[in-house]
Amino acid sequence: MLKITIDGHSTEVEEGTTILQAARKIGGEIVPPAMCYYSKLKGSGGKCRTCLVKVSKGSEKDPRPMPKLVASCSTPVQDGMEVQNITSPEVLETRKAIVEFLLINHPLDCPVCDQAGECDLQDLSFEHGVDTSRFEEGKREFDQIDIGENIKLHMNRCILCYRCVYTVNQITDGRIHGVLYRGDASEISTFIQNAITNDFSGNVIDVCPVGALTDRSFRFKSRVWFTRPMDAHRDCPKCSGKVTLWMSANDIYRVTARKDEFNEVEEFICNECRFEKKNAEDWIIEGPRTITRTSIISVNHYQKLKQGSIINPVAKKIEKPSE
Amino acid sequence: MSLTNRTKVVSNKRMSFLERLYLPAIFKGMVITMKHVFMKKVTIKYPEKTREFSEIYRGRHVLKRDDEGRERCTACGLCALACPAEAITMVAAERQPGEENLYREEKYAKVYEINMLRCIYCGLCESACPKEAIFLTKNIVDSEYGRAQFIYGKDKLVEPVEKDKRIDVSKRQTPEVLAFKKLPNERHNI
Ligand code: SF4
Ligand code: SF4
Ligand code: SF4
Ligand code: FES
Repeated sequence: MLKITIDGHSTEVEEGTTILQAARKIGGEIVPPAMCYYSKLKGSGGKCRTCLVKVSKGSEKDPRPMPKLVASCSTPVQDGMEVQNITSPEVLETRKAIVEFLLINHPLDCPVCDQAGECDLQDLSFEHGVDTSRFEEGKREFDQIDIGENIKLHMNRCILCYRCVYTVNQITDGRIHGVLYRGDASEISTFIQNAITNDFSGNVIDVCPVGALTDRSFRFKSRVWFTRPMDAHRDCPKCSGKVTLWMSANDIYRVTARKDEFNEVEEFICNECRFEKKNAEDWIIEGPRTITRTSIISVNHYQKLKQGSIINPVAKKIEKPSE
Repeated sequence: MSLTNRTKVVSNKRMSFLERLYLPAIFKGMVITMKHVFMKKVTIKYPEKTREFSEIYRGRHVLKRDDEGRERCTACGLCALACPAEAITMVAAERQPGEENLYREEKYAKVYEINMLRCIYCGLCESACPKEAIFLTKNIVDSEYGRAQFIYGKDKLVEPVEKDKRIDVSKRQTPEVLAFKKLPNERHNI
């Protein structure tokens, strides 16, 4: 086991663990944000640089600090390592610059975008970005593309994190989706516009951290914060069938996989569950999904609190009415 | 305990002869009435006369068009989210090819309704709008005979296309906002 200290919090991890995974093990606000790394996708990470941290002590054997900030998602832990994330002003300053870079070509069309309200880039720039832009040049522009019947690609919004490419390569069999060209001209493409027909291709919508890949069956139907996330499952022969339904009254607006606290899919779901089962009768509804209080999705959603979490000064009097 | 010190204890005692005549009491009442006849009136004869309105009075809403006459609203739902009275509802639709002269963005509000009876005229919708689409105006909401007529749809909210019939909201925008709108790298915001 290797010992690592991040912002003063120590933990022990196995060899081969990255700094980011160790930070997630500790949890809380010291976890660096990640836009391209996805624990469920092999090989992901190292593209966006939002997870940069400062290594102030390399290891027990060689305590020299690392000369540059390192990407925590792809740097393995060494024994005795000391890492600074939010305690280092240098890291926070750099992160601000990274957000600015990510937004250079981003159209900032959140009012139109279906991802708004659950977008990692929105969260990132809200937390780490600056509220003005210094970029005056023209942004790159692409036409929207329909990838098959169910998926819409807004290349303008893409941050080239490669998550969708890894998903298609690893979850689905047969390479039909990738990145063409280089640098500023790179674009996500299905080769020669081949529609993705694989049963699990819909998962690229969930892994996309921004609104570049969105669900066509939900396009402009509602906004995420007007629908209510409900955990539900069904007996599906292809996938686990465990999903989140986004409902309003009894209508299902959208079906997505369940996402964990780091906004990563818990279990990938098949296209049939995602796109075709839009009737409440198709599902066994378990109950409302817990939403963090700070999320916009929780606005105007009322939920019964668990017994014990209610602080009610008159509770005792209600239980024992005075004679 | 009383909230005001004008409480009077009502008694059931027999009235005297003078009191039973009622005339002094009636006379006292008439004096008060006459005094009020000659006092300055607190009401005005609306609608012949109207009171002075503040330039930034928060009355009936308008949905603005841009300089080219296209509807600014993109049905982002932020006004409905900000509204403390939950007075706003909308249904979005996708702009079709050929409708570029009608709607500014690729998404627009097909249905946009404000329930004027729920609205508390706080102006939070105006503050929330990222597209400078909704503004409160000096116009006031007309009286109606039924509650249903107070649900204003796009027919009543969107301003006319004709340049001379547009509703001026420039008084509601601070010089800072107007200067901000001119910045080339903030164009996406307006
Ligand atoms: S489309 Fe989405 S998932 Fe794919 S590279 Fe772009 S931002 Fe990443
Ligand atoms: S003025 Fe206030 S109450 Fe009225 S619609 Fe706007 S946000 Fe809602
Ligand atoms: S906030 Fe503005 S753009 Fe968004 S729906 Fe309301 S009026 Fe339309
Ligand atoms: S999450 Fe580490 S570089 Fe993107």
